[in-house]
Amino acid sequence: MSELVGTWRLARLALRRDRIGLPVWVLLAISLAAGPAGSLADAYATAEKQREYAEGVGSNPAAAVFSGPSIGVDHLGGIVVKESAVWVLLLVAITSIMLVTRYTRSEEESGRAELVTAAAVGRHARLAAALLVVGVADLLIGLGAAAGLMGAGLSGAGSLAYGLGVTMVGWVFAAVAAVTAQLVEAARTANGIALAVFGATFLLRGIADSASVANDGTGGTRQLAWLSPTGWFYQLRPYAGERWWVLGLAVVVGAALTGVAVALSRRRDIGAGLLAARLGPPDAKPGLATPLALAWRLQRGGLIAWAAGVAVGGAVLGSLAHDITDMVGDNATAAKAIRQLGGADVLVDSYLVWVLRILGLAAAAYAVSAVLRLRSEESGLRAEPVLAAAVTRTRYALSHVLVAVAGVVVLLLTAGLVVGLVHGARSGDVGGELPRMLGAALVQLPAALLPAALAAALFGLLPGATLVAWLFVGAILLIAQLGPVLELNQWVMDVSPFTHLPRLPGGDVTAMPLVWLGALVLLLGAAGLATFRRRDLDTA
Amino acid sequence: MSDAFQAQGLVKRFGKTVALDGIDLSVRTGEVHGFLGPNGAGKTTTIRILLGLLRADAGTVRLLDGDPWRDITRLHKRLAYVPGDVSLWPRLSGGETIDLLGRLRGGLDPARKAELLDRFQLDPRKKGRAYSKGNRQKVALVAAFASDVELFILDEPTSGLDPLMSEVFNQCVSEVRREGRTVLLASHILGEVEKLCDRVSIIRSGRIVETGSLSELRHLTRTTIQARLGRPAAGLGELPGTHNVTVDGDRISLQVDPDALPEVLRRLGEHDARELVSQPPTLEELFLRHYDVGPHRSGEKVGAR
Repeated sequence: MSELVGTWRLARLALRRDRIGLPVWVLLAISLAAGPAGSLADAYATAEKQREYAEGVGSNPAAAVFSGPSIGVDHLGGIVVKESAVWVLLLVAITSIMLVTRYTRSEEESGRAELVTAAAVGRHARLAAALLVVGVADLLIGLGAAAGLMGAGLSGAGSLAYGLGVTMVGWVFAAVAAVTAQLVEAARTANGIALAVFGATFLLRGIADSASVANDGTGGTRQLAWLSPTGWFYQLRPYAGERWWVLGLAVVVGAALTGVAVALSRRRDIGAGLLAARLGPPDAKPGLATPLALAWRLQRGGLIAWAAGVAVGGAVLGSLAHDITDMVGDNATAAKAIRQLGGADVLVDSYLVWVLRILGLAAAAYAVSAVLRLRSEESGLRAEPVLAAAVTRTRYALSHVLVAVAGVVVLLLTAGLVVGLVHGARSGDVGGELPRMLGAALVQLPAALLPAALAAALFGLLPGATLVAWLFVGAILLIAQLGPVLELNQWVMDVSPFTHLPRLPGGDVTAMPLVWLGALVLLLGAAGLATFRRRDLDTA
Repeated sequence: MSDAFQAQGLVKRFGKTVALDGIDLSVRTGEVHGFLGPNGAGKTTTIRILLGLLRADAGTVRLLDGDPWRDITRLHKRLAYVPGDVSLWPRLSGGETIDLLGRLRGGLDPARKAELLDRFQLDPRKKGRAYSKGNRQKVALVAAFASDVELFILDEPTSGLDPLMSEVFNQCVSEVRREGRTVLLASHILGEVEKLCDRVSIIRSGRIVETGSLSELRHLTRTTIQARLGRPAAGLGELPGTHNVTVDGDRISLQVDPDALPEVLRRLGEHDARELVSQPPTLEELFLRHYDVGPHRSGEKVGAR
């Protein structure tokens, strides 16, 4: 076991490094799981309300893409699973991936690992410590969530299945990240591959679950959910006749992936990846001569990935639109649920409003990440040489902002184009649907830019607090998905810029909200640029 | 002679920490100016103010013929900067980074780039993340020296370079000096500064404590003398201006203030000196005098070391 010497100390080092972040993550995940249970118990207190939910949201194939299948949704437990679990799973899976990469590949990339490995530390100690810390945190989340759900009055067995199901998903994706961390030299790429695995399996589960709801639980497509770790969570059936053996499936897969990671790490040198890094060109192309060209070069890979994600998501969700009326049939409650989400009069349009809203939100998230590249370049000391050259602050900041704005336009165009083409092809009216969808997608531009404008303002005024822009995106996402279901106060709904948009396709266009959203975007953006010009470069 | 830049009474605070406490620094056009001080003394902060990356809380700065905070584009076309901690874009190759940085400051000479790559033995095709610390430093150095600029601002540029590569760096500095360009060389490596610099400023805890040419500064410190005498060395140690006198049989070693040197030499002659070794003060001694708290500074608070 000499290969594991030092694991304990490295694990303590990780705890010390993230002594704030880790507890915040654990508590956030627990409160996302257990928090909504109380208000859901109030909202769906009676058997009639619960049946209404089952016939409404529960029978909505579109909602199932995101929120999972409808298993036992005619009881409170099933409703809690359907409404809260996906958020917990997203948070736990993504954070588990990023933490494992952070403790393994990022350490190697920075050279710190060399320092540590040169000390009396076993070959696999770093990987073991990473999995230990993340695995225990996942377990704490699971147990905490179970306790919280029981505290809200839900059954013990179901709550434990819910909690351990979350833990299991965290473990599997931690093991996935352990493998991808061995493959490539760059932590960013290792994260990217692991997150792509998560995204692909999540989408697969979405397709399967959508089919399971539409076909009333029969049909072959729904078996695809077994290919997805997030699918296993629902197949564990919390509160609906738990199938505990599914946990075993996850443990076996997690252990197998860990074994693969260990075997891979034996075959490589420290710092190196299994996939060799390619050499680059010895000279820059003539165009790489401006801050804008640099910003584009740094961000184009990310934009292509986002555009691919939006295109796939748009194709899957858009292709369902034509069948939505048939799927819902004469179920008035389900129709009402969809109308609540979208807010248009015609059912199909209402569904399409919701689809484009989700894709618009993705564009907003992209824009925040693109603008905050300014911050990571600054704190990573890479802004300094550029600003020490003949480049003004404003020109430098504008370069990344322009990439962000252009990227949002590209993503919205992609969304409108794909949804328009797919839905148009299925309904036999490409000529009519395409312009309608393009318009409906593009009308979201000011709302999709608002979080990024906030990020720009924070970058100038409070560079240490740029995380707030991400919290804003999270709030918008929660409001968009949970707002109509929980029938939140209008002032809460108004926090999201998307609430103020015209309901397109189908609705009336009013220019006023677009104008003031646009003005707000410009104001925040200008404030960010003006304050960045006046402040010290902050390399801390 | 005109000044490439001039700073007066520069003050910079970060929260409660006073990083710069009234820096006065001037670098003349065409000279290689050593900027000496240990880590944390304020070298990098001063340089960042010169580059307009930080704004001084008080004091005035002139860089070339402009204000470093306002005239960014005009001034930065005429200077090249090598940071102490070079961070490269992970996905850009070294060659791309060199071209980009050169072009951002207004162009670079491809032939000079090729020559420098060869001299520094740098492979420009590797990606930024694949370079070691020394090689990252070389990328920044090649980008700087391949640019046609008047002023080089180099912040500990040889950290991470092996001795052979440090020698290449020394040659590059000598070349640009011959071409009449100005270099500000921040360093804590005394040998490097001693070899390359015309004038030196020593910074300590955010203040310039000494500035001048090396020969001027040598006047401020003591010459070490070792001698073998024909007659007992009685009374030599009592002379004013002598320090650390040790006598071992017919051998004597002592340190002498510049003013006392003529008298000491005369007295050594009177004592039938048979052998005489005299060492000029090194920069190291000068430096240590300011940091290692000699007897004349024992009452003062010592800055970060």
